[in-house]
Amino acid sequence: MSNQEVQTIIATDCGSTTTKAILIEKVGNEYRQLVRGEAPTTVEAPFEDVTKGVLNAIMELEELATEYYKTDAAKESKFYNKPRVFVKNEQIIRKDPNDKNEDGCDIYISTSSAGGGLQMMVFGVVKGMTAESAQRAALGAGAIVMDVLAINDGRLPHEKIERIRALRPDMILIAGETDQAKPKHVIGMAELVKSARPTARLGIGFALPVIYAGNQRANDDIRTILEKDTALSLVPNLRPTLERENLRPASDKIHDLFMEHVMQQAPGYDKLMKWTDAPIMPTPGAVGLIINKIAVMQNKNVVGVDIGGATTDVFSTFKLEDRDGVVHQKFNRTVSANLGMSYSVSNVLLEAGLDNIMRWVPFDMDEQELRNRIGNKMIRPTTIPQSKEDLDIEQAIAREALRLSFIQHRSFAVGLKGIQQEKGISEAFDADSSNDSIVNMMKLDLLVGSGGVLSHAPLRSQSAHMLVDSFLPEGITQLAVDSIFMMPQLGVLSEVKAPGCDKAAMEVFDKDCLIYLAISICPVGHVKEGKPVVKIKADLPDGTKLNEWINANQLLRYDMPHDTEVEFEIEPASGFDVGEGKGKKVTRKLRGGVVGLVIDTRGRPFNITKDMKNRVEMLNKWDISKNYKPKSHKDGV
Amino acid sequence: MAHAYTPGLKVAAKIVIEKTRKLPLLGQVLVKKGDKIPSNTIVAKTELPGKVYPINVAGQLGLGKANELIECMLKKEGDPVKAGEIVAMSKGFFGFFKSEYKAPIDGTITQISQITGQVIFNAAAIPVEIDAYVDGDVKDEIPSEGVIMRTEGVHIQGIIGLGGESYGNIMIVAKSPDQIVDISMINDTMKEKVIVCGSKITTEALTKAKNVGVAGVITGGFDYQDIKDILGHDLGVAITGHEDIGYTLILTEGFGTIPMADRTYKLLKKYEGFKASINGATQIRAGVMRPEIIITHNEPQEEKSLKNYAESGLEKGDQIRIIRSPYFGKLGKVISLPVELHKVESGTWVRVMTVDLDGKEVLIPRANVEVIEK
Repeated sequence: MSNQEVQTIIATDCGSTTTKAILIEKVGNEYRQLVRGEAPTTVEAPFEDVTKGVLNAIMELEELATEYYKTDAAKESKFYNKPRVFVKNEQIIRKDPNDKNEDGCDIYISTSSAGGGLQMMVFGVVKGMTAESAQRAALGAGAIVMDVLAINDGRLPHEKIERIRALRPDMILIAGETDQAKPKHVIGMAELVKSARPTARLGIGFALPVIYAGNQRANDDIRTILEKDTALSLVPNLRPTLERENLRPASDKIHDLFMEHVMQQAPGYDKLMKWTDAPIMPTPGAVGLIINKIAVMQNKNVVGVDIGGATTDVFSTFKLEDRDGVVHQKFNRTVSANLGMSYSVSNVLLEAGLDNIMRWVPFDMDEQELRNRIGNKMIRPTTIPQSKEDLDIEQAIAREALRLSFIQHRSFAVGLKGIQQEKGISEAFDADSSNDSIVNMMKLDLLVGSGGVLSHAPLRSQSAHMLVDSFLPEGITQLAVDSIFMMPQLGVLSEVKAPGCDKAAMEVFDKDCLIYLAISICPVGHVKEGKPVVKIKADLPDGTKLNEWINANQLLRYDMPHDTEVEFEIEPASGFDVGEGKGKKVTRKLRGGVVGLVIDTRGRPFNITKDMKNRVEMLNKWDISKNYKPKSHKDGV
Repeated sequence: MAHAYTPGLKVAAKIVIEKTRKLPLLGQVLVKKGDKIPSNTIVAKTELPGKVYPINVAGQLGLGKANELIECMLKKEGDPVKAGEIVAMSKGFFGFFKSEYKAPIDGTITQISQITGQVIFNAAAIPVEIDAYVDGDVKDEIPSEGVIMRTEGVHIQGIIGLGGESYGNIMIVAKSPDQIVDISMINDTMKEKVIVCGSKITTEALTKAKNVGVAGVITGGFDYQDIKDILGHDLGVAITGHEDIGYTLILTEGFGTIPMADRTYKLLKKYEGFKASINGATQIRAGVMRPEIIITHNEPQEEKSLKNYAESGLEKGDQIRIIRSPYFGKLGKVISLPVELHKVESGTWVRVMTVDLDGKEVLIPRANVEVIEK
């Protein structure tokens, strides 16, 4: 890599089923994502070499880029009407200064969740304290946490050992006790791990990577117990004191071991690792990075969600004031391992219950038929809804998957437990005694959706509607989606040290990745049918003048693009809050999006009727897509 | 992208089938390369570590410090113990008030911790064996891990199954691929057989089949909500094979009442009375695994060689099956594969194909069909 700003970047994400490639190039003074290619992932038999899928995806990129550079949009480019070449002799090529065609790229990077991603078990001493911190470190690094074991998790020691043996994780993280404590319990946990004689998921006969990030006074004992039978790494305590979490060293070590041990065992990754200009990162870890970066740069509270076929990841960065009054931005990630839209779709039915899914379906349907349809989606996960009826069912399921994942996230994203002085010691040891989430919906600025059902909904208004129904934003919130799921690639790009990479990640995120859907105004309070909830005064860019009270139980949409700022006066009725307190008026300049402005006066908490006849009537009344006219293919055409 | 297609489930009359038979841990391989063996031959064995009982013996003896434990132990690490045998005794007070600790199990002491006062007792190892699963030859040995078995015959993949590996002779119960098998059609002659149903088997019939002692049930469809009656709980994700239900259930088409594909039914009927090795294990995730039916036979191949769809892709005239509503389960023939995206009723722009469906031309998303592979 030279010191010149990079011009051409290729980034891939090797998913479980599909490998996605994007091309980012400097166009004039700015970086843009130009084309996207994809191909089936080739980790499994008969190929068993991830690089074949990568090359196929990049070759599709070549074809599409060549087509792009034939269009008028590329007339000013030096590549106009020239073929683009990125692959030669089954290798991704780099630009050669002597090559006048400028074939190849400057930077190639990749993320990966193929082969089931990174699967970890974590151990701590107290479930709600060090075990929770360890879980946060593993999740933040992009792992799927298969189980969390702690002294007080209610399981007997032999049950814990059975569990370690049964799960066969890729990696184990052990934490526990602060550095001031006399080592005891954490050593007991290490002894349990040793007794289980755990084996690695990939590669029979390989030593299992174990990271110890607990009480540093126990380091020598931990070495004695685990060094012989496992690939042990010691890092600084992730909870050195009750008041402080230090997750970074453990998370970094997880990334290193993911590359050194886990990826080395996966087919073709030894080759792929040599091709990339930055370490391969687990996909969710990279998404978390970009969301956190945006939140920090824009000083906003952000929630991101990625709803996939098997799992749903939720990310949040919220400002949190410590006891000294200093404001920090705290990042959290959760993964709901069995809430998804294809492989796990039946599990959404199971966890949400049929009634909760049916409440979002705008027509009546036989229960057995619905169950069979959902079952058939699970066993044929790549199919897509052809009929409107099928689409409505999928979007109903998505609302519940998102709702449940977000509930899990909010209950996990809490302040550090065990430091509240006013609590008794018994409460401090009770994992559920403190559940005040730092994800405060009234303070949420930006909600970003990602994943097929949100990014590829036929109409962007449907994506906005799903986000509002499942996350129930409060007050004033900007809604957005990731246009084509490129957040993972941008996440890892933002970490590359070469000149221009961080800038490229941020510019592409803002211009091509993020599609602003709408600004939502959702007053909080208990609604009564026919009673006014909020008065909104604004002159919208299309000439619509808002200046009226809006009654309860409405979901309204108005056109309002993102590029024009509009002055709003929002006056909640007595008993309702839009951010400044009950009944207090808010005056603010707001930007909309491709869907526009969404006003939700259904109240918070929002309770939808389960009575079929009323339900169908209400759902049809709230259908904000009825009068939505998309302006370009990006808005859903 | 022109080659984009969803591979169908394999329904082959005669192919070479290789099955890897591996131990969960390193062990001993009991057969040699080239051996001709029946399906029930044990090909490899090993021992899984026995149950582990970590006991805080220092606490049980009432010792003040964990490091005093070593002096109280009557056994050392690696010693075998019998349940009830005294393994540790405290020194007491001037030789009086001694307390003792007895081994909770027959096994071995694997660890005595002077830091935590914990003693770890290991129960005897659990023997594990794996069999050949199919009648055939040992193609290769995998040292200390297992073998690769090779056979020739019918290979049919189902869409989802319950229960693990099983064997039995094929017995046709449904008179046609669209017949629903009910309780009146199940009888004692089906004991240890792999029975073949049509578009569905009712839960009552399935319960009776289990009581009769069938080895396996192959059916076109089955109601999703009836799975709860079999398992005692719903099926959330399609990762199966470990269910202890007493037989193996394989669905060839999907959930609901769906006739078994004609070709599948005819193949099973042709080999009625032959031994089938079946496995319900399904994993619809990365590393997709479908349930399977293998029937070893030496009959000559009647068909021309298989078309390689992975290379040629779908073409005009190919037979397909629609795998999503509104035409779920219907068979058709590809008329054309337009390159450009089309808008379907849901409003989604997708790649489509036009299909001849009983003389009617319909537009179907390419993702919603599977090729009928022969």
